[in-house]
Amino acid sequence: MLRYIAKRSLMMIPVLLGISLIVFSIMELTPGDPVSLMLGEGASEQAVQELREQMGLNDNFFIKYVRYVKNAVTGDLGISYRNKVPVISEITSRFPTTLNLTFWGVVLSVVIGIPVGIISAVKQYTIIDSMSLLAALILTSMPAFWLGLMLILLFSLKWNLLPATGVSTWQHFIMPAITLAAASMATIIRMTRSTMLEVVRQDYIRTARAKGASEFRIVYKHALRNALLPVVTVVGLNFGYQLGGAIVTESVFAMPGIGTLMVAAVRTKDTPIVMASVLFVAFLAGVINLIVDVLYVYIDPRLKSEYVKNK
Amino acid sequence: MTEQKEKQRIVVKKKSQIASIWHRFKKNRLALFGVAVFVSMLLVAVFADFIVDYEKDALMQNMAQRFQRPSGEHWFGTDNFGRDLFARIIFGARISLFVGVITISLSLFVGSVIGASAGYYGGRVDNIMMRIMDVFLAIPQMIMAISIVAALGTGMMNILIALSIAQIPRFARIVRSSILTVKCQDFIEAARACGTSDTRIIAKHILPNAIGPIVVQATLSVASTILIIAALSFVGLGIQPPTPEWGSMMADAKSQMRYHEYLIIIPGIFIALTVMSLNVIGDGLRDALDPRLKN
Repeated sequence: MLRYIAKRSLMMIPVLLGISLIVFSIMELTPGDPVSLMLGEGASEQAVQELREQMGLNDNFFIKYVRYVKNAVTGDLGISYRNKVPVISEITSRFPTTLNLTFWGVVLSVVIGIPVGIISAVKQYTIIDSMSLLAALILTSMPAFWLGLMLILLFSLKWNLLPATGVSTWQHFIMPAITLAAASMATIIRMTRSTMLEVVRQDYIRTARAKGASEFRIVYKHALRNALLPVVTVVGLNFGYQLGGAIVTESVFAMPGIGTLMVAAVRTKDTPIVMASVLFVAFLAGVINLIVDVLYVYIDPRLKSEYVKNK
Repeated sequence: MTEQKEKQRIVVKKKSQIASIWHRFKKNRLALFGVAVFVSMLLVAVFADFIVDYEKDALMQNMAQRFQRPSGEHWFGTDNFGRDLFARIIFGARISLFVGVITISLSLFVGSVIGASAGYYGGRVDNIMMRIMDVFLAIPQMIMAISIVAALGTGMMNILIALSIAQIPRFARIVRSSILTVKCQDFIEAARACGTSDTRIIAKHILPNAIGPIVVQATLSVASTILIIAALSFVGLGIQPPTPEWGSMMADAKSQMRYHEYLIIIPGIFIALTVMSLNVIGDGLRDALDPRLKN
């Protein structure tokens, strides 16, 4: 098992290098000179040249890239062009907000999505089933930020129940988490429903029924565990999607997270911040996928035996 | 004479397959509803100039008329610059559908070329191409789009490029896997035995047989692309004002939403309707193309 985890973690390295190369080349192509950004408009030619030399901007692409990677490994992601603070401190100070938001978003989508999917499958073709499918359709079709705005409209502006912006209390996270969870909740509902429907047709379910197991036991003990595997994949993949969604959600609710940082940095052409936040989010998505792969083995022992055999 | 007969038979067969897909598709009432909504949206987008005047109604500011609630004169009311919301929504449809469809066509084309060559040639070509695609896929789509926008700058063309690049790996994968399932069948072997060139085999024999999942994915991707455009424009990295884009219209109205909530509600409903119609069409197509998948 440990070997498997180690092997999977090692596989992340080329992916991260690839991502950093892509992002780095995109950023290199970006028009606009960071030196003039840092020194302002009226800087003297000599000062500009000195700073360029000092920052190593005159080196060729490859040297710059290697240096960036070398520094990044030691935790030095450069200095923000705008605020002149180390990028890594900006990222770490905003990271908890994004992680919190994404985590609760995922939890919410799972906690509501899976049960609704199960009920929908168990009561196939009833009014409950069609209602939950309709709900899933609506949730995937509306823009997440619009849902967020509608929630603000109702709960903050009309009824004054929840705060519309900020992150100071847990109440601040309720509406953002709902906003973020909506789309993946819909995917989870549909996925759980369809895999459940597939599983309940299997022979072992008929066997369980024939031996007189209760319906509850059949659904939760025999069917659910087998139906869960594809759902776990979807949850894992959605995590990356939700990290992307967090950008928009954060700006709807004005939360100081990685997303709002990234958007502001793109607007002001603060390249080190953009690069670092993209890399960071991609890294996080990679870690989550790793965790999902490991979780597989727990949910489906068959995979474990397969792995042990091939060792 | 025999050649002619041969041709005729092929044509007849093709028709019957499309007919049977249509037959299955039209049983799905929700999907038909989706088609109706989407077609009317499309018509509105195409004939927008005949319905309202772009310059006069959608762009020209008229401060005397600002923030009028929906009424007989202004069906959807007016915005903070006194522009008619109905006119802006109509031209917004044109932009969303245009960017959505063009983006997917571009990425579908590039993705098909990559996926088809990877799947068809296999071996090292396949391995290298797909590893590169994996790296691209590891970056969440939204983030990928944002970093490309960061490099190229905002604006319609750049959004188009950014979103197309972000979607390529998805199509490459689907096309590749469709091709792998078709590749080993006898009729491909037969075509090769006849001396058909690789390009022709891929374009004429493999792709038409693998088209089902690709069409479904394309339909659903147009839907998700429309959502991403709106989201990008909402955070200010997409299509810029005063161009009437649905997402940026909401961003404009956000600060006044307490008193003028219709400026937010209406564009959102239009995005949701468009996306929903594409989603149900995609689902309907999937069921119609492969009845086995339907439970």
